[in-house]
Formats: sequence, C-alpha cells, structure tokens
Amino acid sequence: MSKDNQILEDLNSKEYEHGWSVNFETDEAPLGLNEDIIRWISTKKEEPTWLLEWRLKAFKIWQAMTEPEWANVHYPKMDLQALRYYSAPKQSKKPKNINEVDPELIAIYERLGISLNEQKRLQGIAIDVVLDSVSVATTFKETLGKLGIIFCSFSEAVKEHPELIQKYLGSVVPMTDNYYAALNAAVFSDGSFCYIPKGVRCPMELSTYFRINAANTGQFERTLIVADDSSYVSYLEGCTAPQRDENQLHAAVVEIYAGAHAEVKYSTVQNWFPGDKDGKGGIFNFVTKRGICAGDHSKISWTQVETGSAVTWKYPSCILKGDYSIGEFYSVAVTNNYQQADTGTKMIHIGKNTKSRIVSKGISAGKSQNSYRGQVQVMKRAHNARNFSQCDSLLMGDQCGAHTFPYIDIANSSAKVEHEATTSKIGEDQIFYCNQRGIATEDAVALIVNGYAKEVLNQLPMEFAVEAQKLLALTLEGSVG
Amino acid sequence: MLSIKNLHASIEGTPILRGINLEVKAGEVHAIMGPNGSGKSTLASVLAGREEYEVTEGQVLFQGKELLELSPEDRAREGVFLAFQYPIEIPGVSTTNFLRTALNQVREYRGLEPLDAVKFLSLMKEKMALVEIDQKLLSRSLNEGFSGGEKKRNEIFQMAMLEPVLSILDETDSGLDIDALRIVSNGVNKLKSEKTATIVVTHYQRLLDYIVPDFVHVLYKGRIVKSGTKELALELEEKGYDWIKEEVDSTATV
Repeated sequence: MSKDNQILEDLNSKEYEHGWSVNFETDEAPLGLNEDIIRWISTKKEEPTWLLEWRLKAFKIWQAMTEPEWANVHYPKMDLQALRYYSAPKQSKKPKNINEVDPELIAIYERLGISLNEQKRLQGIAIDVVLDSVSVATTFKETLGKLGIIFCSFSEAVKEHPELIQKYLGSVVPMTDNYYAALNAAVFSDGSFCYIPKGVRCPMELSTYFRINAANTGQFERTLIVADDSSYVSYLEGCTAPQRDENQLHAAVVEIYAGAHAEVKYSTVQNWFPGDKDGKGGIFNFVTKRGICAGDHSKISWTQVETGSAVTWKYPSCILKGDYSIGEFYSVAVTNNYQQADTGTKMIHIGKNTKSRIVSKGISAGKSQNSYRGQVQVMKRAHNARNFSQCDSLLMGDQCGAHTFPYIDIANSSAKVEHEATTSKIGEDQIFYCNQRGIATEDAVALIVNGYAKEVLNQLPMEFAVEAQKLLALTLEGSVG
Repeated sequence: MLSIKNLHASIEGTPILRGINLEVKAGEVHAIMGPNGSGKSTLASVLAGREEYEVTEGQVLFQGKELLELSPEDRAREGVFLAFQYPIEIPGVSTTNFLRTALNQVREYRGLEPLDAVKFLSLMKEKMALVEIDQKLLSRSLNEGFSGGEKKRNEIFQMAMLEPVLSILDETDSGLDIDALRIVSNGVNKLKSEKTATIVVTHYQRLLDYIVPDFVHVLYKGRIVKSGTKELALELEEKGYDWIKEEVDSTATV
C-alpha cells in the first residue's frame, strides 16, 4: 500500500554501526594469487612442509574449478588477483598472553564491545579474535587447559598439536568440496581450533570474533572443532567489517567432528558490512560449514543469525553418520536494501534412527532477495530417519523477494520427512495495534520481527540472543512494511 | 476532556463521518450506538489515529491538544486507549513483553523512569485480578489462538495496565458470552474514575446493563442524530433503529 512506500522512503536506513577502520601497521602479502603467494603465506606462518603441500594441492584443485553459479544471487565477478591474501597487524614479537597484545588492537575489540581483558570476564566466555588474517588473542586458555580442552588459534594448533590437525583437517570439508572451500584450503591464514577431550563438558562458551580491517583483503579463516566421545561444547562466532566501497571476500571453512554421544552447538551472529543503502560495497560471504556426527548418539546443532554481507552463500550442514545421531539447523536470515542471501542447510542421513530438524526464518526488506535452500537426503541404510523442516518467510514492503528451494532425496522407504512453509507480511494492523499502545513504529517492527524469529533466537546463548535481537532491529530500521 | 467539532472523515474517497459533534467530560461514560454502517467504528478508529481514514474537516481537542495532529503512538501516550473490536495477533510476542514495551514507552513520554521487571510484575499481578485473567495467558503469544472472550479480556487488561485518560471500547461486547461480558464490564467499571472518561461503542443495549452510560448517542449516516440518557438505549432495544432512520430520512427530504 501507499503507506508502506511512504514510510520506506521517509526513513533512511540506519548506517552500519561497525563501519570504521583503524590504521595500524600491517604485514601484508603482495596482491594476487599464485603458488608463490601460497609459499609466502606458509613461510610467514612458519608452517611445516606437510601443510604447505596440502595448500599447494588444494590450489591445483581450485585452479581446475569454476565459480559456482547455481545460487540465487547476482553479483559482478570478483577479480581474485586483485585481492590480498594475507594481512596481519604488525607486532614486534608474538604475544605470549593477553597483556602483551598491542593496546591498539585491544582498543579495536573494545569498540566492538568485546572485552579481551580476562579480569573483566565476559560472563565466562573464552574468546579467540581474528583480525584480518591472524588470530590475535585467545582468552581463558589456562582455565580450559586444566580440563584438557585445547582452544587456540589455528596456527598455534598446527605447531602444538600437529597430530590432531593432520587427522581432522579436511576430513569433514575436503579440499575438493567446492570452489570456495578449495580456495580456502590453499590460502587460509588463521582461525580457531578447539578440541574437547573424552567425557569433558566445556564449562564456558567458546567464542571467535572475526573482523576484516585492511582494504582489498580477503579473509579466509578455518575453524576446526573436534568433540571427542561424550563431550559437550557450545561455540559462538561473531563478525564485523569496516564500511568500504569495494566488495571484500570472506570465504571461510568450518569443520565440526562429533564423536559418540558428543554434542556440539555452534552459534553464529553474522554482521559483515552489508553494503550501503544503494548496494555499494559490502562483504561477499561464501562460507562452507559442515559437521559430522561420526559417532552414535552424537548431536550437532547450528544456529545462525545472518544480518550482514552484501551476498551470502552459506549452508551449515550435518552428516548424520552415527546411528541415533541428531542434526539441527536454526536460522534467521535478514536482508535489507540490496542484500542477497542464499542460505540453508543439508541434512545427510546415513545412520539408522537419525533425526534432523530445520527451522528457517527469512526476513526480507528493501530491494533485497532472500532464498532458503535446503537438502534432506536419506541414504539407503538410514532406517527410520526423521526430518522436520519449517521454512517461514516474512516480507516487508513490496520490492523484496523471498524464495524457497527445498530438495528432498529419499532412498529408504521407512523415512518420515515433513516440510512446512509459510509466507507472511508485517501487517499495518499489527503496527497500528502497537502504535495504539504507545509503541513507536520502529520499535513495533523490532518487536514483531523478534517475535517471528523467537524460535531461533531461543536457541542462542543468553548474551548472544540479546545482541542478535538488537542486530535484527538495527538491520531493519527504516524498512517498515 | 474531549471535544469533537464538525468531524468529517472518509475512506478511499467515500465519506463516512459527516459532521460529528461531541463533548465528553471527565468522569463521564458515553455510549455511541447505531445501526450497522453508521460510522461507529470509524469514529473510534479516527480518534485513535488509524491512517486509512482521511479526516477532511473538523477539529478534535483532547485535554486542550489538537488530537488529530498527533501520531497514533503519541495519542496513546497522551492517554487515549482503544479496545479493539478485533484484537490483532502478534506471534512470538507475549502480552507481558508487549505491555512492558508499551508501558515503558508511555512512561518515557511522560518523563517517568521505566519500570524494572519486579515493579512491572507486581503491577501486572494487581491488574490481573481486575479482569480475572490468568498469568498463563499473558505469557502466550499475544492474541494468537485466544478465544473471543480471552481477546477482549486481554484488551481490558491492557487498558488497566496503561491507565488511560480516555478509553474507547469498540464493540467490546461482540462475541462475548454472558459470563465474559460480566467480567469485562466489571473490569471497565473498576477502572472508571472522576478523572477518566469512557466511550462505549456498541450495537446492542445489552452491554449498557453492565456499563451504565451517562449519555447515549445514536449515530446514523455519519452524524449523531439523537442524544439522550440511558433510557434512550432501552427505547432503542425495544423499538429498533427504524423509527430513528425514518425520522432522520424524512427531515432530510423536506
């Protein structure tokens, strides 16, 4: 209706809050991508030969691949030779603990609202922060160490725990998996590694915070989480980037391994710079996330709140290999202005009596396009597999799009698969009702959207849920429908 | 408190209100009655600030302020409350959460501190008793899956929480059985004071047995064509609206 359009035009979109960058000295690779760059990165990181060879193999595989075009997103092709594949804040020597980290770096994270200071304990959340390409600090290392939990930067893990890295690296997302996964394998710079030993329940949330700071830099982090038998861990991932005119590439890989009776909960609040309100700039977020429920009775649960990025291409998936294993995917994806998101999940049922649950809530506003793409596959041996999928779309205004692409592939007749989908609009009635009780329109939208996404937000750890709620409101400010 | 002068309003070019004049003083209860399509609900909506209706002429003063110039939320914050004929569902938002947001925005507008969770809860407990509403209902999604009676009771509960100066009840009796009607009316009666006023929009006299009006106005073709006391409502109950229609229509043709 005309009222929608009027409000849409009247209100300017809220500017991206984290759109600042800091100038400090960096250690950068030359622009471009070739074998020499990969060697340069590997040397810089003082890596063992096996890892360099692994990278070079991935690079060869990647060279033979072409960029996938099946996703429902449209963007100008990136010139991958114009990117920088390594950028690290320069530090005179490696920090041994948090007190030795450059205060300027700490200041960056404090501006983001992340306290690295262990004294000011952030409700007992251990954090590993990745700025551009390298991990700068990991908190609570000693506390965790007493339980045998390893939580450190990927580079450190390569040096300290090579046997674990060699065993699990690429075991869930092989380098041949897809174009961006192969690229990541070739050039990944850092990321987080986490190992929970048998029978240990990690007593605090583990968290990684990513930020791209330097211009023309791609961020290719790798996260590897290994939960040994009967262990439990809840892992959080957050991210931001400065506001820039040109698009920047983020192509991460996350691998999760869950042993028998192990449970891993992985939560993401993605807030990469989405581009300005005219669609200029923003992060291209092409991410491969996958977990394997390798042991019987294991469980992997993905929760994501996607509010940022110009283009998102992301399908956190579960391979349900162990009998009685459970995979869950809870997602809220918000797009506004010219954002495009093609996101969803894959649930691959291999073991018997495996269960999966998909709850996807898409919210589209402005001129954005929001697609859910999900696959439920039940293999021949997966007797009594169960899946429940719910895909809801909420539209704001009349210039955005919501799309659903469910794929269901069943090879065992005992499977039970349910799919429910709804599409709705925020009604003027709802907004007027809120107004009539004294609630301003912007707050009414936030209230209604948070209500709509509640089932997913409830899955997040408390502190993250509050942040996610604020982010949803912020992303949709000025887009009443 | 409320002074409506020559109010004209239309929807998509069709005039609905054609010159309403009404004075409401603090402490009074006014009933607006009339046949279907006479403009009763339109009047309620226009006062609350629903944007589909275009005010083409007239003035409304509420406590000395030009009501029509205020946004719907500011009208609410000034103390105008509309109990909806069809309360709206908001999935995933509990009545508690909804009201806490509302109440704190109203308080902010009035220069008051927001209520903390403990104070809010004790206020809720106090008001819940007024409309005999169950706490379980308040933690469910607002109006979603509520019965007709629960929805109306919830409206009155919200009214109790927000403590409006002027309450407009739009066909609050529709869809209520006799017990629910009694509970809802009791709630409204307990909330009446010398400082507040109530406008009851209704089609039937039945509600007025419970909420006794000081004045009854009959709305027909967008005008108040007859005003009286509660006896007028009884007369309407007995004789229907036809005699008024005839009276008005014959004068119009003369």
